Amino acid sequence: MADHKPGFFSRWFMSTNHKDIGTLYIIFSIIAALIGGGFSMIMRMELQEPGVQFLTDAAGNPNGQMWNAIVSAHGLIMVFFVVMPGLIGGFGNWFVPLMIGAPDMAFPRLNNISFWLIVPAFLLLLASALVGSPLMTQGLDAVQSWMDLLGPGAGTGWTVYPPLSSTLGHPEMAVDLAIFALHLAGASSILGAANFITTIFNMRAPGMTLHKMPLFVWGMLITSFLLVLSVPVLGGAITMLLTDRNFGTSFFNPEGGGDPLLYQHLFWFFGHPEVYIMILPAFGIISHIVSVFSQRPIFGYLGMAYAMVSIGFVGFIVWAHHMYTTGLDVDTRAYFTAATMIIAVPTGVKIFSWIATMWGGSISFKTPMLFAIGFIFLFTVGGVTGVVLSNAGMDTALHDTYYVVAHFHYVLSLGAVFALFAGYYYWIGKISGRQYPEWMGVVHFWMTFIGVNLIFFPQHFLGLQGMPRRYIDYPDAYAGWNEISSYGAYLTGIATVWFLVTALYTMFAGRKVGENYWDAKPQSMTLEWTLSSPPPFHQFEIQPKVK
Amino acid sequence: MSEHDPKIDLAKKNARMGMSVFLVVLVMLGLAFASVPLYDLFCRVTGFDGTTQVSEALPDTVLDRQVVIKFNADTHKSLPWDFKPEMREISVKLGQKGLTAYHAKNNSDQTVVGSAVYNVTPFKAGKYFHKIECFCFGEQSLQAGEDVSMPVLFYVDPSMAEDPHMDDVKVITLSYNFYKSETKELDEALEAFYNAE
Repeated sequence: MADHKPGFFSRWFMSTNHKDIGTLYIIFSIIAALIGGGFSMIMRMELQEPGVQFLTDAAGNPNGQMWNAIVSAHGLIMVFFVVMPGLIGGFGNWFVPLMIGAPDMAFPRLNNISFWLIVPAFLLLLASALVGSPLMTQGLDAVQSWMDLLGPGAGTGWTVYPPLSSTLGHPEMAVDLAIFALHLAGASSILGAANFITTIFNMRAPGMTLHKMPLFVWGMLITSFLLVLSVPVLGGAITMLLTDRNFGTSFFNPEGGGDPLLYQHLFWFFGHPEVYIMILPAFGIISHIVSVFSQRPIFGYLGMAYAMVSIGFVGFIVWAHHMYTTGLDVDTRAYFTAATMIIAVPTGVKIFSWIATMWGGSISFKTPMLFAIGFIFLFTVGGVTGVVLSNAGMDTALHDTYYVVAHFHYVLSLGAVFALFAGYYYWIGKISGRQYPEWMGVVHFWMTFIGVNLIFFPQHFLGLQGMPRRYIDYPDAYAGWNEISSYGAYLTGIATVWFLVTALYTMFAGRKVGENYWDAKPQSMTLEWTLSSPPPFHQFEIQPKVK
Repeated sequence: MSEHDPKIDLAKKNARMGMSVFLVVLVMLGLAFASVPLYDLFCRVTGFDGTTQVSEALPDTVLDRQVVIKFNADTHKSLPWDFKPEMREISVKLGQKGLTAYHAKNNSDQTVVGSAVYNVTPFKAGKYFHKIECFCFGEQSLQAGEDVSMPVLFYVDPSMAEDPHMDDVKVITLSYNFYKSETKELDEALEAFYNAE
């Protein structure tokens, strides 16, 4: 074998190959997405009609804690176990070394550790849902319905604010398990980020200066810096929470002189950069797709790169716009409003540059391009509602309503996830050597596009009418739009099954493709298209030179 | 292997870069923990979240502007005390001495130690609200059934009149929340302290 591929077990369980680890991350992300998406299906089923139909205990009483736990698990899974492993671990591992002409990541064994930390992290998070379930407390006999398999779980929201998350609100072990899950996921991200930074700085092909680097690599570089600067702060905050819960410290416990608000500051110092961590690699993917399918060089390349740099920088000084209702004084709120609005400027640079790239181009509307254009459209909608919410005055009314839910799902569920699909369809031929059937991809796009808009657009109306988020039930007045939102969720669910069928068909029976199957022209060329599909197990043993 | 094997050079370069990234990670982790005392300091200096100030003496000037000070008292359910202000509210001039008292009674049959956390609302009044003496500065120990009156000596800083953000402030609410403090070490330390006197 010319490739020196190791046997199955060594290859997949002890992998140090960036492409194999990338594949593992992508598979992991898809599995986590099905679980996290399954939770959202339960949520939409419950919210389809007023009253509590499904999440009830044996006596038929609403089980609000179960609801909270499902909401929390959905958020944590989607952020830490779907979008981050998919975009960063999956596409990042696969294509950063390929695009910069490197044979592998800088620290291949560290890369292996990164992946194998995220698996137990996910298991710990899932285990937190079982704590206190009738199955665990009373044994198998107590199980009468599927609901009995789940315990009260950690109903803290993905933000894990004390005092709800301290022993006052959650005396059980569920929150401790969730904290450990975040510890491991955080360690995994930090190791991955260190790996990317080192790879990108030290292992670029000769001639590839920073200003010639593909935009996806730029996005990954900035994302890695954001991870390194923000995740340790989350790690510190949840460690303090853990010792508050178990060892009698009072970092956030007012009885001992602590302040729960400090947790919110620490969390959002991480949490706001985190949303850019999720979107910057997406920006990179979209840039390449728009360029290739318009047959035009990306408009304003340097502006695009530095727009991402400035988004990353400003992302660190806007955190308190998540905390407008915590009693900040008017000057502080004015500052955070202004600083937040400034982010619209580099984001606008990106949106307009994508449009300018397409302008006058010879556009082919293949599935990746459909998802990319869908991304630009939906991310813009989410960006506009973001500017609305950045106003401290507006936010006082809209805080914790479905308007906020609609906003962040437009930028994440419809933004980052569309970029995941766009990247999948763009690169699956390169990853597997087999191409998906175009018509199946197009059908998937339209079902998803219509489905997610049906889910989330009506949530703007619900929010403006004052429907609060994180409740199991709502007054009858909100029934109409909630029903439509749920129908959208079912359509998206069908689309997801369709995607799985497409993906399996592609993997086993897809048409075989050559190296440059999208016919990327020199003006939008990146190095992965110079390699066979799939690329050899070890590539670029002789470094390519970039002019 | 020559001294300048490019593969070994790259490995060294990578190790250096990787270590510097981990150094940044450690610094950020350290900053997260350093934020605890820094946040405390920040609150005390700026009056953030209605943190009140501590002063030694009354100011020299007294202005004509009046503020109503309302008093609030809460007790955590673990503390078996009745705790309430002796007056609902008083009116003071800026810079004038304000004196009130809170009343606490231990309803249990044993000695209980409690400590109070406090702030003022509106939060922006925190930096102008000065306490000269307060039961909240330390722990309070009440014998079984004991009944005490605990004074608070305070003033509102006259410089509040110069702050345009404070023009709308006519009422300031001073709030206390009493918690049980129940460490053995603390009890012993308290005992030693009183014995020494």
